[in-house]
Amino acid sequence: MSYDTDTVGIAGLRFFGKMSASISHEIKNVLAIINENAGLLKDYTLMAEKGLDLNPHQVCAKAEKIMAQVARADEIMKKMNVLAHSIDEDRQQTNLDVIIKLMIALSDRTAAMKTIKLELSATSESVSIITAPFFLENLISLCLDFILNMADEGSVLQLGCEKTKKGALIRFTQPGKLPDEQSAGFSDDTVTAMMAALQAELFMDPALGEIIITLPKEI
Amino acid sequence: MGAKVLLIDDETEFLEAMADRLTIRGMTVSTAESVYDALQQVETKIFDAVVMDFMMPDMDGISALKALKKIKPELHVFLLTGYATVEKREEAIQCGADALFDKPANIDLLTKIIQRVYS
Repeated sequence: MSYDTDTVGIAGLRFFGKMSASISHEIKNVLAIINENAGLLKDYTLMAEKGLDLNPHQVCAKAEKIMAQVARADEIMKKMNVLAHSIDEDRQQTNLDVIIKLMIALSDRTAAMKTIKLELSATSESVSIITAPFFLENLISLCLDFILNMADEGSVLQLGCEKTKKGALIRFTQPGKLPDEQSAGFSDDTVTAMMAALQAELFMDPALGEIIITLPKEI
Repeated sequence: MGAKVLLIDDETEFLEAMADRLTIRGMTVSTAESVYDALQQVETKIFDAVVMDFMMPDMDGISALKALKKIKPELHVFLLTGYATVEKREEAIQCGADALFDKPANIDLLTKIIQRVYS
């Protein structure tokens, strides 16, 4: 495969940095919740030392909240781990369904900041192809950034994958139209280089509010 | 009666725990999970201070700060932030924030400063 390695490399670093920043923000939030609940347990203990009754149910509830946040952090770190390992091999057998779920999870907060909900399309199916998962995650992220900047507040953006004769496709669907002028400007150098690296093609239907990426069975 | 504080954060679990801790420290705490809700509360109720996450989903921190100050210019606003650049911190102070605290915040320091502006 022939593609602009410099452009893809810089875009890849930007993408990984962006994802790391988002994940670290999530972890900060989790730590803040753990900190306040642990602080409350300390407050209760200090109050008990001063003679106030210590309510075991209250203490248990706070401990459970801390445990729930530890589980949340564990899930976040598992996703970070999957993302980090997706660069291990240039090309590998990849389940698109898994990649889409990962990107929904990793982009959820960015979407929420724009009051947009991301969800897996009901028609999405399990499709496995041989591709470059890190580049694909990067391309999905670029598509998401593009649509999130144009989607209406409060809207739902669906992502899904389907089998095709030549391989697979990934479909992004949002309820409104995509403005023609901005849609035409989407395929910049980075997107073009990323598509070349993936041997992918990108189709946009502004009227239906859809972006479709087609991918070969094997690169 | 302690300071009346409005606590704004989109993480419910954080709001609950922080509200409990500030209440234990003698404050009367109201909560809001969105800037929109917070602005409505500030318009209709009296608060001595607002403690707000700098990164809310429905409005960026600087815009939220300006909106709060527009309704009540005398309101003391304290911002909680995970990561904020020096430029963002300076901008927040210029827009009227009393102080920024890194998350997780030192509750005793936050309490001390709120009580100072209240008294």
